[in-house]
Parts: sequence; C-alpha cells; structure tokens
Amino acid sequence: MRYAMAVDTKKCVGCSDCVVACQTENNVPIGYCREWVVEVMSGTYPQLEIEIRSERCNHCENSPCVRCCPTGASHYSNGGIVLVKPDKCIGCGACIASCPYDARYPHPGGYVDKCTFCIHRILDGMQPACVAVCPTKCMYFGDLDDPASDVSVILKKRKYKTLIPEAGTKPHLYFLI
Amino acid sequence: MTSRRQFIKISAYGAGAMAMGAGVFGAVKHLSAPAAENLVVDTSRIPTYCEVCFWKCAGWVYKNEQGKIWKITGNDEDLNCNGRLCPRGTGGVGMYYDDDRLQTPLLRVGERGAQTFKPVSWDEAFAYISEKMKQIAKEHGPECIALFTHGSGGTYFGDLLKAFGSPNITAPSYAQCRGPREVGFIATFGEEVGSPENTDIRDTKCLVLIGSHIGENMHNGQVQEMSDAIDKGAAIITVDPRFSTAASKSKYWLPIKPATDNALLLAWIHEIIYKEYYDKKYVEKYCFGFEQLKGHVRNFTPEWAYGITTIAPDIIRETAKEMANASPAVIIHPGRHVTWYGDDTQRSRAIAILNALLGSWGRRGGFFRPEKVSIPSFPHPPFPEPSRSWRNAFPNKYKLADLALASGICEATIPSTARDCTFKGWIVNGTNLIETLPDQKQTLTAIQSLDLLVVIDTMPMEITGWADVVLPECTYLERYDSIRTGPNRKPQVALRMPASEPLYDTKPAAWMAKELSKHLGLEDYFNWTTIEEMLDWQLKQIGSSLEEMKRIGVKTFERPADDLYFSDNEEVEFFTPTGKIELYSTSFEAEGFDPMPIYTPHEEPPQGFYRLIYGRGPAHTFSRTANNPNLTDIMDENLLWVNLKVAKLWGLASGQPVWLKNQDGIVSEFPIKVRVTERIRWDSVYMVHGFGHADKRLRRSYGKGTSDTKLITRVHIDPIMGGTGMRGNFVTFLTEKPAETEVAL
Repeated sequence: MRYAMAVDTKKCVGCSDCVVACQTENNVPIGYCREWVVEVMSGTYPQLEIEIRSERCNHCENSPCVRCCPTGASHYSNGGIVLVKPDKCIGCGACIASCPYDARYPHPGGYVDKCTFCIHRILDGMQPACVAVCPTKCMYFGDLDDPASDVSVILKKRKYKTLIPEAGTKPHLYFLI
Repeated sequence: MTSRRQFIKISAYGAGAMAMGAGVFGAVKHLSAPAAENLVVDTSRIPTYCEVCFWKCAGWVYKNEQGKIWKITGNDEDLNCNGRLCPRGTGGVGMYYDDDRLQTPLLRVGERGAQTFKPVSWDEAFAYISEKMKQIAKEHGPECIALFTHGSGGTYFGDLLKAFGSPNITAPSYAQCRGPREVGFIATFGEEVGSPENTDIRDTKCLVLIGSHIGENMHNGQVQEMSDAIDKGAAIITVDPRFSTAASKSKYWLPIKPATDNALLLAWIHEIIYKEYYDKKYVEKYCFGFEQLKGHVRNFTPEWAYGITTIAPDIIRETAKEMANASPAVIIHPGRHVTWYGDDTQRSRAIAILNALLGSWGRRGGFFRPEKVSIPSFPHPPFPEPSRSWRNAFPNKYKLADLALASGICEATIPSTARDCTFKGWIVNGTNLIETLPDQKQTLTAIQSLDLLVVIDTMPMEITGWADVVLPECTYLERYDSIRTGPNRKPQVALRMPASEPLYDTKPAAWMAKELSKHLGLEDYFNWTTIEEMLDWQLKQIGSSLEEMKRIGVKTFERPADDLYFSDNEEVEFFTPTGKIELYSTSFEAEGFDPMPIYTPHEEPPQGFYRLIYGRGPAHTFSRTANNPNLTDIMDENLLWVNLKVAKLWGLASGQPVWLKNQDGIVSEFPIKVRVTERIRWDSVYMVHGFGHADKRLRRSYGKGTSDTKLITRVHIDPIMGGTGMRGNFVTFLTEKPAETEVAL
C-alpha cells in the first residue's frame, strides 16, 4: 500500500480552504501550518499563466527526514505515510533542515509537526480533511497500488509532475498540469 | 462517516489530546498505533448554516472531548455547498473564539464617536432604546426609524420595526451591490437572478465573466460548479482589467479598459445579431423588440468597440463565435457586486439581452428555474400600515428600485428642507456601515444628525464606535435563527441551532428583539415563548419538525413540477409588461430611461492617477472577517496591485508601503504594501476590500492594509434604481507618510 495525493493545478483557485481545514481538523496552532498554497506566475502582460499549487509534506518514499532523525521519531507508517512521534521527538530540527520541501515546523509543544495525510481519518474510511473540504475538488487521494483509487485513476488520465524530483526523494505528492 | 464502534476505540486512545497549546501534548502517552495522532474524539454534531457570508452554506459543528467547539464541515445534502465549506466557513470557528468580541451591552457616555462607553445591563439598554424610539415616533413618526441589516438577526429586528410602524428596512447588499443586476434582469426576463444565482454553471459549455472573479469571491456553489465546468472542458471568457484567478483558468482573457464594458457588450450583441448567431426560434417565440434592437446596434461594430475598449476586433468576433457555438449552454454571468459606474442597470440589461439572444435563460447550461420553500410566519397581529416610506424622500426618483436603498436612507438622514422624511433613528444589525457605504463623510454627517443609533454586532466594528447603544450579539454558533430557505435546483430548508451557550453576556438577536418588544408594548408580535417553539411550528407547517431538523440539518423537497428548464415549445409567460423577454424594455421607456442599453463614456484618471478597483479575497467576507484569528492567519492585510511599468515609473518595489491620495485629496489613513505585478493594466490599481480597520479594539486587524471605502468619495448614482457606482475614483501614490492634517476626513 502506497498512499499518495494529486493536486489539479488547473482547478485549484488558491483559496487556502485546505490550510484552514487542516488547521481546525488537526488543532494546528494559529500562526503555524502543515500545508500552504503557492502561486507561480509566468509570462508578460497580456500573455500570462499562473500555476496554483496546494502543497504539504510529500510523504517521500526515500525521505531525508526519516533518515536523519536521531531518535526514530520520524518514521514510515501505514502505506508509507511519514509521521513524527511527538514523545520521541527532541525538537533538534535536523528533519526541518533536511526537507527539500520545507514541509515541517517546530510545534510550540516542543516537537516537530507536519502533515499526516490525516491518517486518523483514512483509517476511519474518510478522506484527508484538505481533500474532503476542497470546493474545487482539485485533490485526489488514495493508494497507488490500487488501480481503482482516485489518485491512480487521475494519474493515468492526466499529465503530472512532482516537485524537486532531482532530490531523489521519490515524493508521493503529484501535481496535475 | 465514523462508526460508533470506531469512535469508542479512538476516544479510548485520545484523552486529553484535543486541547491546543504548549504542554498539553505531554499528556499523550499512547502513540503505539498511528491512528492516535490528533484524534477524532467526538462524532456528535450540531446542525448550522454559515453566517460568514450570504451564501449560508449548511454544515455541522463538531465539538471536542471537552465539549468545546472544534470544527465545522459542510452538510453533504446541502445544494449550496455539497458538503464542502469555503475557507471562511471552515474558519467560522474563529468568529466564536475571537477574543476581541463584544462582551456586554454598552451605552455611550461621551460625545458620539469619541468611543467612551459604559457597560450596562440588558434592561438598561432596552429601556434607553425604547424611550428614544417612542420619542422619535411621537415627534417625527415611527417611519423615521430605519433598520440596516446584513445578518440573520435582521429578520427579528425587521419584524419589530414593522410592528413599530416603519417599513424602512434596508440592506447594503442592494444599492451597494447586486441591485442593478436584479433591476436589469427583471426588466428583461421579469425575474431577478436571486441568491444563490440560478446560473447552471455545472453544465455550461461557455462561461463569460465580466469583472466577476469567481474563485476569489468564494460564492461556494459557483466556485464548485466552475471547477466542474473546467473538468468538462467548458470555455471560460474573462473580461477584467486584472488577470484574476478566473482569468488564469480561461480560454480568453480580455484585459478591457475599465469602464468600457457596455461598448464590448454592444459589439457582442451586434456580432451575434448580424452574423445571425442568435437562437432564432427562441427569439421569435419568447422575445419582444428584436427589430428595434437590431436597428439600435447597427453601428456598434467590433471596430467601433476596439477604439473604446482596447479589445481587438478579431478577439471580439472570436469570443462571440465561442458563445454562439455553446448556445444555449452559455452563461454571460450577471455578476454580483455590480455597482461600478452609475450606468450599471443598463450594463446588466446588456448582459441579460446577450443571454436572451443566445437562448440561455431557462435552458440547460444557461439559467435554470429555481425553486424554494415558502415558510409561513408565526401567527401575529397584522402590521400597521405605514403612512410613508423612504421613497417619500426621493419623489419621482429610483422608481424601479424594488428594495429600499441603504445609501438613500443615509442621505435622507441629513436634515434638509427639501426632504419629506428625515430619519432620526438607525438600528444597524451585522453591517459595518462605515466600510460598507461609500462617501464616509456623508455617512458620518448622517450619523451625527441622529437621535438614536443602535448597533447589533458580534465584533467592535467601526460602526459600533459611533453608536449610542451597542448590543453584543452571540455568534451564529451560539444561537438559533430563522429557517434558511433559498432558491436552488431543488427546494431545501436548513436549520441553525446553538453548538454552545453564548459566551460572555452576549445574546441572540431574536431574544433582543422580543425583549425590546416588551418595552415598546409590541409583545403581541412576538407571540412565542421560546424560539424553539416558533421554529417547530414553522417546520411543522412544511412537513418537518425541529426534532427532525436537529437530526438532519438540511431537508430536501421535490420540485412541484419537473421544469428545471423550459421544455421544447413550452409556452412561457414572462413577468414583464409584454409577457415576453423584453430586448426592448417597455418599463424603462415608461419611466423615461433608454429602452435599450447605450455606451456612455466615463471619466478617465487624470495624469499620475490610477483607477481604484477593489474586489474580494477568498479568505474574507468584506470587513466582517478581518479580525477572525483563523482567517487573518491566511490573509491579514491587503496589498496594492501595481503594474510593473507603473512601478518602474514611480520607483516602487514589492513590499514597499505607500499611502494613497484620491482625486478629492483624501489620503488613506494607513499605508498599504505594493505588489508589483504584470497581472493588472497600467491604468488601474487593485486591492481587496475590507482592510485598514481604524478601530483599535480590533487588535488583529487595526491598521493592517488600507480601506478602499475611505478613498471612494465620488459616487456615481444609477438614475434607474439608485445604485452607488464606486469605481470612478482615482488614486496616486505617496511614498512618504503624509502630515497628520492631510489625513483628516
């Protein structure tokens, strides 16, 4: 089982609903976030393009954060989801420095926090909060090993990319372009 | 949905994990199973519908293990949101947790506007208000008290005012927003567009947006359907001086010169008629005045429009063809905030005419026929017949306005020998008139002329600082309100019930109005003991009950007939004077207005000035949300979009603070940071509306960004219905902080 997410940059309007829903669902303190929205503009007036991406932890198959964690707090969980055990984390920040996607933040509770793909919801048969709330339905989630999953189906149909593939992290967050 | 079994399993792991803040997580000792991180511990849910904007999406409020409000999610059954709230709805919890909320009734002790208040009991507040209201009624008549409302509580204060004898109930959402659109569509189709709009975006093949920035405005259902339409390959045509988010999703972006939309619309009408793209059968069967229209637009060629709009003739032709190819599954979107230049009703007419020519009204992918449930009022004595209304203040003017004008009542509050009705009392519910009405000087002059200003709000918005009495309302998460009913593809009703007891000494507007009615001797009009009793009675009249609604939140009814769209050859009677879709408006003609839209040139920015355009950001609803902790976390200030070339000319860099001065010498109170971008024309600047709060009690939003309203001092009134055109203001940059004297209003 390999959980993954695809975000359709052609439909995303960058409203940040995913960010707010993640914050409330996971009690992320105000002023911090597990996910964020990036807008990249190219071209010159009037020939312009914008790519809008809802970004979060890439849940990499080859995660620098897991590799460099001195206590084993960062680990792979069900379906390759990268998680942090707060009680094992000493807050050293090595993982934050190693992540090419800047996906982790120091939680004021004294440990490092990040996206969990809402594993508590997945195990309950629900979608991650960001996917469930998105008004544009631009996010697709599921198991790459299941050809019928939403994410497998859309990746078969559409052109996509990953971020910083040259880092060799084998990310599980795809962007439909 | 979480099963009961799983709920028990997870809550066993999760004690103590829900609370926020440092130290709490130390209590989490489990974590052997991955499911234990940030736990779902309570699946009990309370129905609500959102109050963060007018879309009123239905949802569920979830509470955490401590019984505190945790999160809000959409109700899957609700057609307004389809189970997905927008960022503001999701962040609605921030309204409840905002520690800057109003907490207790306040009575002014110093001069009006000096912001000196003393906390009083509810009884003292009501006694003061009722005494003043009686005095005004005695000296001037009960009609001289008006209600301004943009919130659910307005229903109850509206009933109170009607019982008191005043018909003057107004919402700024009419003359400051969608009014011209409704009047334009009523003149054409005999029906308004309504809210939520009856646009069939999910099935459209071509969506034309004229200054409408769906995706930045989070009109939830429309954003969702635009995304569906993109999935299905619909062509979007966006007409906007700014490369909006919607423009970035479009097949065509037409960066029109601002204030010239009517020329483009007339050229499209010309092209569609003279290339014979129009739906001949539909026009012949349903429309009135085609030959007059054809003659009227003869000279409005794409070449003519090019010189005015800067949109090339071939693009005008291509986009007209694109619409025709999609016909009748095409929507020239009516927009929502349409009070721009003072000829907005005529622009809305041109939009309605285009839709009529392409046969989209009443057709799949165009405009559907909405249905709604009508809910009877709880029995009460008949309201007294008022002897005069706001219209008496404007003899022979704005006759086609079908609702009261907030700006008109404001104007008629300033004493004048020419006025028949001078308002003496305002009750303001859930609308920050200082930031809502243009021309702040007029608003403040009017306020200073009042004998009574009562403000009901959850937050210390600027308007509360001018009040005589401030009544702190609890948020929508702490109260019952009227049953939501609104037009949609299927009729639905939704319930809002409290998820928490009101915090502090706050109360629901329904309770306030009922208590105040006792002080005024009008308690017969609030003839229910509890609001639950009233809601249950109402729900039983339509075949439901409070008990059922508490369980399901939203109830869907079947349409009385299977008539979402016109059927082939259906005989349709339109509610216009001719019974037809009026391409030539007989009602406009009768009132002395142009029966067909024309293009009128508007003033252009002087040298060194730029047209001030404003709009919406997806995380905010006007100024209402500006202090919401969850939403300020997403966006806490507005930025000034400045074209790259203009920035070079002025030596401006992104992030640099500037003050703005308008054509009348009015200077912004706070600086705004520049955003240098190619995404806007060189003749305009843009900002999101609702920032630059000047009330220090709003600690998160005070002085963040700039208020566009303050710079909108020149207002172009629509002669047809009194809408306040607000886009004829021009600003220039001040890179140094201006001297204090220049800032004064």
